[in-house]
Amino acid sequence: MIEYQNIFTRVQVHGPADYGVPLKPGNWPREKGITTNWLLGVIGDAQVGPIYLGAIGIMSLICGFIAIEIIGLNMLASVDWNPIQFVRQLFWLGLEPPPAKYGLSLAPLREGGWWQMAGFFLTTSILLWWLRTYRRARALGMGTHVAWAFAAAIWLYLVLGFIRPLLMGNFSEAVPFGIFPHLDWTAAFSIRYGNLFYNPFHMLSIAFLYGSALLFAMHGATILAVSRLGGEREIEQIIDRGTASERAALFWRWTMGFNATMESIHRWAWWMAVLCPLVGGIGILLTGTVVDNWYLWAVKHHVAPMYPFDLTAPIGDPAKAQ
Amino acid sequence: MKLSATTLTASLLVTVIAVLLIIPMMLQWERPPMDSTQWGSRGLGMEHIVNPRLAEKLKEKNVLPTPDDPVPNDGKLVKDDHENYKNVQVLGDLDTAQFNRLMGAITLWVAPQDGDNAGCAYCHNTDNMASDEKYTKVVARRMLQMTRTINSTYKTHVAETGVTCYTCHRGMPVPANIWFTNPGPKQAGGFAASRQGQNVAHEPIPAFAALPYDPLTPLLSKPGENIRIVATTALPEGTGGDVRKTETTYALMMHMSTALGVNCTFCHNTRAFSNWQQSRPQRVTAWHGIQMVRDLNANYLGSLANVFPPNRKGPDGDVAKLDCATCHQGVNKPLYGFSMAKSYPELSVPNP
Repeated sequence: MIEYQNIFTRVQVHGPADYGVPLKPGNWPREKGITTNWLLGVIGDAQVGPIYLGAIGIMSLICGFIAIEIIGLNMLASVDWNPIQFVRQLFWLGLEPPPAKYGLSLAPLREGGWWQMAGFFLTTSILLWWLRTYRRARALGMGTHVAWAFAAAIWLYLVLGFIRPLLMGNFSEAVPFGIFPHLDWTAAFSIRYGNLFYNPFHMLSIAFLYGSALLFAMHGATILAVSRLGGEREIEQIIDRGTASERAALFWRWTMGFNATMESIHRWAWWMAVLCPLVGGIGILLTGTVVDNWYLWAVKHHVAPMYPFDLTAPIGDPAKAQ
Repeated sequence: MKLSATTLTASLLVTVIAVLLIIPMMLQWERPPMDSTQWGSRGLGMEHIVNPRLAEKLKEKNVLPTPDDPVPNDGKLVKDDHENYKNVQVLGDLDTAQFNRLMGAITLWVAPQDGDNAGCAYCHNTDNMASDEKYTKVVARRMLQMTRTINSTYKTHVAETGVTCYTCHRGMPVPANIWFTNPGPKQAGGFAASRQGQNVAHEPIPAFAALPYDPLTPLLSKPGENIRIVATTALPEGTGGDVRKTETTYALMMHMSTALGVNCTFCHNTRAFSNWQQSRPQRVTAWHGIQMVRDLNANYLGSLANVFPPNRKGPDGDVAKLDCATCHQGVNKPLYGFSMAKSYPELSVPNP
């Protein structure tokens, strides 16, 4: 028991392969390929498999593969099929959405058509994968919390790449594929719309993002701290609160006067995490569609404070002075 | 304490990752401490950050020349001395002594090298100084007109400091920082996606970001291009540009930042980039600089399209153009604000 005080898993349990609960009719039979991996056991369960793919999983992988292939090959084409440059410049390479002149129509392949196609297949892949998380949870008789949390992330993805461009009437408003290209796009997007930090939904999203990290750290630390008393067996502790749970709860009442329960802490975590992309997506959706400059909007609604600036040397727009 | 295999492996893994991270850090990053100056209200992050070690190295690249001593006038204007001076189209109003002093200075500023095609001979046929047979002389004449235009009509940008040939040339016939329209490295043709002028590495103009690598052609080669993309109204009334145009402006700003060795906050209050009232006065100077560069590129460099030989032109056949780095060369005031033009007042009179 004392071994559980470590932040690494120091005890690995290797037993007969665990195939899980019996499946209802209509499911594909489980894969037999089960193995154990010592390195994976260091951070998690040493058992690998059984993996369930099913028709939806396979379709999702195929669509995802097509999307990655379209993006990757076009990146390779952008360095004239040079594999060395492809590797060296990989983080810079991208696949851009169509220029503004094409609006919402199908663009020529060379000018954004590939982006539209990659977007279609990536979205199909993600939606199929969502269906898979939903159906696998149901097959195990679980709740569908994972699927809905994933749906919150998909919401943000769809707002950025599809819903907002639809409302703006132009696919050129969408995000390019690529590591640095999408980051540059993000910075430019914020500048264009008058500083996204003044967008209250962006503020909320940041609060939930940082809150998630804080809550995750607090919860992880609490459970590890009482694992010597069996605290990591959280499900048992929910049903039958033991001394680990009592101590963890008392610790937080001592330090902040209030504590979550062994069960409610997970609701906190779920909502905190789910609200991050949910409100973030709302913030993006409002940008350009109903608010064009968040700084001016924040001034109008007394959100942005005025800081002192040098009144002895007032400057104005030189273009207007001419 | 007995170390288990797990702990050992984990520590080893962490060590390897740490080393892999430290190597690029040592190669790429600047070490502290930095010099930081606050020049705005607290809470705004209006700070100027300078790496004193890099600033010291920059000084070596921006050596100040000594202006020639003044010389007494000969009492005769160049245009009146038909015997010795022919085909002097720009500097005819100079006293012959001042003319020769300036010619000597230009030689040192632009082509001080030894050799058959350097010194006076870089522009002149030394057997017939009046001849325009060398294209460099025609270019130099236009550049003299340009210098006078800068110093007399763009005081909003160059103030009383002014510029001379040396501000850009620094002893080199072709200034180190010039630009041509940049088609970018080769990309596949056919129906492969166009990268639309961005998303390649190793491009210095957008400061090595994946931003558009040639913001200068659309934004600095001719007057009138709009770089303003931020909406001027809180609600959508069609006053803003699109995100792609924003990226182009952004890339130009990265060039300006690099060229002047300053952060965004040198001119802008970054909480509201487009807001003039909260910007620093330097932004007005920079605005006039942009207007000036566009004018010079279109009307001075651009007028030499038929003068420059093909080997002096860019991959798309355009002439060399100037940007912020041409004069500034990493310093917010070129040559640290030293005014050489004061010693050569003939470079600051308006063109006739």
